[in-house]
Amino acid sequence: MGKIIRKLPEYIEGYGKVVPYGTIITKKEKAKLSDVVTKKNSKVISLEEAIINSGLIDGMTVSFHHHLRNGDYIMELVFKIINKLGIKDLTLSASSISKTHDCLLEYIKDGTITKIYTSGFRSALANEIQYNFNLKAPVIFMTHGGRARAIEDGSISIDVSFVAASCCDKLGNMNGKYGKSAFGAIGYPMVDVKYAKKTIAITDNLVPIMDKDISIPKDYIDSVVVVESIGNPQLIATGATRISRNPMDLLIAKKAANVLIASGYIKENYSFQAGSGVISLSVCKFIREYMKKNSITGEFASGGITANLVDLFEAGLFRKLYDVQTFGSDAISSLNRNENHIEMSADEYANPANKECIVNKLDVMILSATEIDVNFNINSVTGSDGRMIGALGGAPDTAAGAKLTIVVAPSMRKRFPIVVDNVKTICTPGENIDILVTERGICVNPRRTDLISILKRNNIVTTSIVTLKNDIYKLTGVPNILKTGDNIVGIIEYRDGSVLDIIYDL
Amino acid sequence: MKKLIRSMLFCPANNPKLYYTAPVYNPDCIIFDLEDSIEVSEKDAARDLLVEAIKSLDFGNIEIFVRVNSVTTPYFEDDIKAIVPAGVRNIRLPMCQTKEDVIKLDKLINSIEVEYDIEIGSTKIQVGIETPKGVLNASEIAGASNRVIGLSFGAEDYTASLGIDRTKEGKELLFARNMIVNVAGMYDIAATDTVWADINDSDGFVEEIKAIKALGFNSKSCIHPSQIDILHDALKPTEEQIKKAMVILDAVKNADVENGGVIQVDGKMVDVPVITKAKKIMSLYEKMMKWEK
Repeated sequence: MGKIIRKLPEYIEGYGKVVPYGTIITKKEKAKLSDVVTKKNSKVISLEEAIINSGLIDGMTVSFHHHLRNGDYIMELVFKIINKLGIKDLTLSASSISKTHDCLLEYIKDGTITKIYTSGFRSALANEIQYNFNLKAPVIFMTHGGRARAIEDGSISIDVSFVAASCCDKLGNMNGKYGKSAFGAIGYPMVDVKYAKKTIAITDNLVPIMDKDISIPKDYIDSVVVVESIGNPQLIATGATRISRNPMDLLIAKKAANVLIASGYIKENYSFQAGSGVISLSVCKFIREYMKKNSITGEFASGGITANLVDLFEAGLFRKLYDVQTFGSDAISSLNRNENHIEMSADEYANPANKECIVNKLDVMILSATEIDVNFNINSVTGSDGRMIGALGGAPDTAAGAKLTIVVAPSMRKRFPIVVDNVKTICTPGENIDILVTERGICVNPRRTDLISILKRNNIVTTSIVTLKNDIYKLTGVPNILKTGDNIVGIIEYRDGSVLDIIYDL
Repeated sequence: MKKLIRSMLFCPANNPKLYYTAPVYNPDCIIFDLEDSIEVSEKDAARDLLVEAIKSLDFGNIEIFVRVNSVTTPYFEDDIKAIVPAGVRNIRLPMCQTKEDVIKLDKLINSIEVEYDIEIGSTKIQVGIETPKGVLNASEIAGASNRVIGLSFGAEDYTASLGIDRTKEGKELLFARNMIVNVAGMYDIAATDTVWADINDSDGFVEEIKAIKALGFNSKSCIHPSQIDILHDALKPTEEQIKKAMVILDAVKNADVENGGVIQVDGKMVDVPVITKAKKIMSLYEKMMKWEK
């Protein structure tokens, strides 16, 4: 009943190839009419029903987003039911995976999850895969922009997308702005819902029909599931630290701010983004003073929005905030009260196939790194012991788009050098990095002869990255070459889908 | 040109990390501590670590001092016998109360310099004035050896000796500070002020720097890296002071008054003391600019 059965020609002159209804799977603009209106059934059903109705079977791909960060309950809730239904061999496509997702370990071990796409991977889950090599396929690391592109061009074909909403109506209109589990912008699944074959909204705050503040509209939603809690509010709303009190962090941040100012990029209408690392956030403190003193107003700040950026915005130092992911309760309330604090999708943020994406309009990007090598390549995924501990995030996207990309990092952590001959894992190519600022020296990529001369003119002392590395090695010694196995456990994909590097088992 | 010394950053000598992190904050001096910050059970280990670090690390332009244990402790001689041969050339002698304390140290250093073929007299002493007795004896202490290059004030022990609280305003320290500055001026040696303990109160710190600068101190001990830039900034001559000094020195160039006599600059009398002050301000400013580069 309601199923369309019609014999269609394969080709119609003047029109072209006929793609029969129901066979387009790469782009879903709206939920099928049959699911929503004609059956007149309520969308609000149990999680188990929703999964069964979605048609999820062995071998399919499910997607999740990480706006709930370490407070996320959704993945565990969903995989418990999936496991109960006996569905196996699934591909998990998550915008990122946190420590809290160590609960997925049992589903990897029992073959429920056999392939993973993510931006970040860490903790016991990563250890299990790196030491015991028990996934069918390597973990594929994607940038936030790369993931949006892959979903859009069909490289990742999502069968069922699970979207957490802190505020949702019975039709599926939703946002992450309100409710006990509010998390702010919901930028990553905005892409998933457009292309997933089925989308299930999961909320702990079912509200009357929404007519405003809709981040993801009902048209993309197949089912709405109400649960007791989508996450731990205390862990969801934790933001990145505002300003470090560590003198070393502040020293590096101050040096970076001096470099930025000397570079001439901090000027009227400029645009700015800082990664969520504590040093890059601390740069805001020093930039704020300079902007205020010189009456500079930036056009926008973007990315993951933190209280630091909200401070700058509310002080009138930036006209707009473009927010793909909101950190902390201060930033969440800013998103709700400030008209020019604007939510954006991962596509609008960083998709390399989107010519108008925000990262392409960035003037200045401040990045952190776990390692940087003498060719300015950055590692942000593996630690000094080779274990997967981090994420690509939007770093490779912003570095590619921004006119000036500065990496801030201590020259060593504990006894390990951060500036090295070769990074263990290339996550952001060095050709997109312009300047490295450490407490021991400032290095400019030789490709940026313009920056070398302008910094020199402004009395900023720079050094070659090889000299800096040698100075650090004098203190730390030359690091041992990491011994790895032969099994590939991770693939670092660049934002365009090409492979940048490979991670082996340990 | 004498080396510019404004900040002396304390680092407990038993913390390996500080040997390579402290220099990046660019203090004028690092003062590795073997005294109060080191527990008795750690004294030997701290000394050993310090000796190895001094031998193997390059601190660049940063002057290295070591605060040894006082002459009355059983660690004093061992400290000196270990650090001078290792290469330490600046010693802070804490709790110095009489000239005999300095003479004792001077003799010990002398014998070590002879034994290890170190240039005689190259090891310098900064005396720590931290008691009422030390304050009153400051003059004989400063004059006890040619090695003495400075006096440093220690307010915590001083107020403890008097049985009074140390206040942020520091009125209770005025006599001791004045005495120290006066003696330092008399011997043309450095006067280093005590530490500011509240690292979160940078406004209070700046106020204290202004106050001790006005008394005549030209440097201060620091207990946290965040204090260094604040101290250096606050010790800088003001733009007004620099401008005034430049105008005076410019006017002096065209008048023969450096050895006596008076001229008028902007309606004010300028004579030798005014010229001397202007020269000091410009010398300090030039040193700071050079150092910052």
